[in-house]
Amino acid sequence: MVAEIGHYALMLALVLAIVQGTLPLIGAQNGIESWVAVARPAALGQLFFIAVSFAALTYAFVVSDFTLTAVVANSHSAKPMLYKISGVWGNHEGSLLLWILILAMFGGAVAAFGRNLPPYLRARVLSVQGLIGVGFLLFILLTSTPFERLPNPPLDGNGLNPLLQDPGLAIHPPFLYLGYVGFSMAFSFAIAALIEGRVDPAWARWVRPWTLLAWCFLTIGIALGSWWAYYELGWGGWWFWDPVENASFMPWLLGTALLHSAIVVEKRDTLKAWTILLAILTFSLSLLGTFIVRSGVLTSVHAFATDPERGVFILLFLAIVVGGSLLLFAMRGPALRSGGLFSPISREGALVLNNMLLTTACATVLLGTLYPLFLDALTGEKVSVGPPYFNATFVPLMVPLFVALAAGPMMAWKRGDLGAAMARLKFAFALSVVVALGTWYLRTGGPVLAIFGMALGVWLVAGALLEWFARLKLFTISPADSWRRLRGLPRAAHGMTLAHIGVGIVIMGVTGVESWTEEQAKVMRPGETISIGQYDLTLKGAKTVQGPNYSALRGTFDVSSEGEYITTMEPETRSFTTSTMTTTEAAIRPTLTSDLYAVIGDADGKGGYATRFYVKPLVHWIWAGCLIMVIGGFVSLSDRRHRVGAPAAKRKSAPLKEAKA
Amino acid sequence: MRLGYIIPFVLFFALAVALYVGLGLKPRDIPSALIDKPVPEFNLPPVKDHDLGLKSADLQVGEVTLVNVFASWCGPCRVEHPVFMALAKSGEVTLHGINYKDDPDNASNWLARYGNPYKRAGADRNGRVGIDWGVYGVPETFVVDQGGRIRYKHVGVVSQDDLDNKILPLVRKLKAKK
Amino acid sequence: MNRFARFIVLIFAIVSILVTPVLVQAQSTIDKPLENPVDETRALALHKLLRCLVCQNQSISDSNAELARDLRILVRQRIAAGDSDDETLAYIVDRYGDWVLLDPPVKSSTYVLWFGPVVIFLLALFGVFLFMRRSRIVPVATAASLNAEEEVKLKKLLDDTQEGNS
Repeated sequence: MVAEIGHYALMLALVLAIVQGTLPLIGAQNGIESWVAVARPAALGQLFFIAVSFAALTYAFVVSDFTLTAVVANSHSAKPMLYKISGVWGNHEGSLLLWILILAMFGGAVAAFGRNLPPYLRARVLSVQGLIGVGFLLFILLTSTPFERLPNPPLDGNGLNPLLQDPGLAIHPPFLYLGYVGFSMAFSFAIAALIEGRVDPAWARWVRPWTLLAWCFLTIGIALGSWWAYYELGWGGWWFWDPVENASFMPWLLGTALLHSAIVVEKRDTLKAWTILLAILTFSLSLLGTFIVRSGVLTSVHAFATDPERGVFILLFLAIVVGGSLLLFAMRGPALRSGGLFSPISREGALVLNNMLLTTACATVLLGTLYPLFLDALTGEKVSVGPPYFNATFVPLMVPLFVALAAGPMMAWKRGDLGAAMARLKFAFALSVVVALGTWYLRTGGPVLAIFGMALGVWLVAGALLEWFARLKLFTISPADSWRRLRGLPRAAHGMTLAHIGVGIVIMGVTGVESWTEEQAKVMRPGETISIGQYDLTLKGAKTVQGPNYSALRGTFDVSSEGEYITTMEPETRSFTTSTMTTTEAAIRPTLTSDLYAVIGDADGKGGYATRFYVKPLVHWIWAGCLIMVIGGFVSLSDRRHRVGAPAAKRKSAPLKEAKA
Repeated sequence: MRLGYIIPFVLFFALAVALYVGLGLKPRDIPSALIDKPVPEFNLPPVKDHDLGLKSADLQVGEVTLVNVFASWCGPCRVEHPVFMALAKSGEVTLHGINYKDDPDNASNWLARYGNPYKRAGADRNGRVGIDWGVYGVPETFVVDQGGRIRYKHVGVVSQDDLDNKILPLVRKLKAKK
Repeated sequence: MNRFARFIVLIFAIVSILVTPVLVQAQSTIDKPLENPVDETRALALHKLLRCLVCQNQSISDSNAELARDLRILVRQRIAAGDSDDETLAYIVDRYGDWVLLDPPVKSSTYVLWFGPVVIFLLALFGVFLFMRRSRIVPVATAASLNAEEEVKLKKLLDDTQEGNS
């Protein structure tokens, strides 16, 4: 019964989405106020019905209703509650419903909090959101309903893929989708602006917070996925350049570019057409990612069970949404005249460089990801494109970006002074040289590029801090005055500093783990000792232990350093009762500067066990850096200028006039 | 300059066409690197309780042959087994087997229980010969011509349809060429 | 053949009978690193360049699949047998094709892949150049008049900002 309610609610939501996608758009075009007014209640109603539907599916998973195909295929009565709930989105149908729910949530947020938007703009934005909703609701109802009943329900389910039974991965998809779908806001605003035929600084101000919010969530989602791969897959890898990873990374790259170009539109009223294009492309790449994951055109570790019928549907949808919006862009884009002029050496110039490099990097990743498909389609030849390719093409594009990043924020708008910026960065440069020399001294045998990587990371952190100090006039005025300046500075400035520091920390983490990872493998018997890095590990013993829905081989290692006992590590290999799959539970001992990572594998039948150990220097800096970037993003979002929902009577009247002009 | 604005649409259109073609492709099928190459050098002992092992020379006797890679632990092999039993009975083409990474007793029992369609069946205990043949998933079936060259590789279950419409026509063509 | 030689041969035969099957078993079931650390490092580096055939998108160094393990062992054996890195890769490519290489070789069918990024970069650079030139050669008068309107708008925005932060 509950499942039928869920299914029915989806159909009602579709009806409302159709209304939301058409009436306000036509109304805004022809000045029919009553049709424009439909947008808000329709968006809220659609959100309500989709929430009901999602709640119904969650209920079915929680009570283990094995009359539903989706529950049988992805759940099991003996599974812990957390994974019963995460099982809702651990499969194609349920994750699609989560996608739609988040889409409706963003639409609902505009409807509920977008009072300061001009009514016509809001109506158009909500209409575009509604049309995207129509596409996805049709997709789920026609090809992938999660509420399908089984004629002969089994007594128990098949269980969730053991790899996915992990707290990190349980919350990874919702964040990823919040990011993916969040970019739909920028997209809808861009389409609405193209229809209205105007883009102005006020428009950029409405778009930026939504983009920033989506970007923060996507960053969290990607970082969580990477962290999960690190500790759960058992090989210590943190990024594989897998098509599905790339599918989330490409919107991130373009979203980052969009964040920066929107600043130029807001402050300088230029780069308009480009920003609109970025907004369209960012969301298009999110859709493309959905297509890649669900259609089976590319093979991936993470892909959902695929079905060509679904592939055709998403492709058709993709063609309509992306093709239509790019066509609209081709027709209306030329009308978006840019205003402010600037010299190449200026803040705008720096942001243009940022956009060019990020976009090129994204195009490179897209080329590498889809090349096997292109080649197969054209010639039938099969080729693999793996990490060596991406490292060789992506990294060289990032280096100039990071070198320039420290100087960019120090440039003035319109016309900057490169010499002055360089002079202010003297200290950062000196510090980088010191760190480079220090790295060379400490790790003489390591790769030369590592020295450069560490120096680049320090350059960024120091550059961001110097810029921040300069804003506070630290050391040039009294500390009390600096404190006052600190309070008076817009929060977005602090956010930017934090985010750029985060990037520097990520670079150092990546450099550390890619350059100096130590790796040892050995067949060990109890009592044997292995040395790696500064550690000595002794296998004390191995035994089989029983978990709630698995049995595990657990090894016990005593870890010591220079004869002194430090800790005990207990890696496991788990075999699940409902699946033939085994998972590796690595034991990780994190410290600030490096991780010790231990894995136990199969027994050799003669009392020995296959073991692997890694020392991964600075690996946690990668996720720490991401976290700092996200915190920076949220600090920036808390800026009053960005608070979209805040009622602001004064501001409300001004944009209204502009929109009608 | 206005034309520049249409470029994104054109690029996307090309991408969409490629994606559409891509939907019909099978990225999981990896072509064999050994097509039109001589069979690898190998010499396998017979499966337990059987007399004839399999070696390269057995495939270079001037006769078109099929080589099927199978194992008792492989579920899909059970599915294609009746097809091969029928083929063996018809005697249209000689079928040899490579028993891939199998336990000797299990392999012997499996053949005893379901029947042995293979003229010769070599036991590849550690999978090394399998690697030489470029095997990546069991079952796989190869068509070898009179000169001992690999002409075709089929990955996965050979259905009656696959046999009648792909493999046997090729066998007949190769035989006719002689 | 003298007695001593016969004895040696006998011992050798016994040892090889005893050792061989065990070795085969050990090799086929478990990852055993090479004794020589330099060789082992080479093997680990090569593992990262080879694609696992069963799991499709991981290197054999990152996979729990059985075939990936067999290939890891094979790489170690080739290195132990004295093969160079290229020879080892070629050995595997001969059997599985270029498809197993995660670092695709530069050849006519991968020119677009390898040179594409350079072309994209140059096109982007050219685009930026065009844009920069255009935004600088607009006549001063137009620019000024546009800017006046701009300034008002900008000022309004900035005023909002100040309010927001006070």
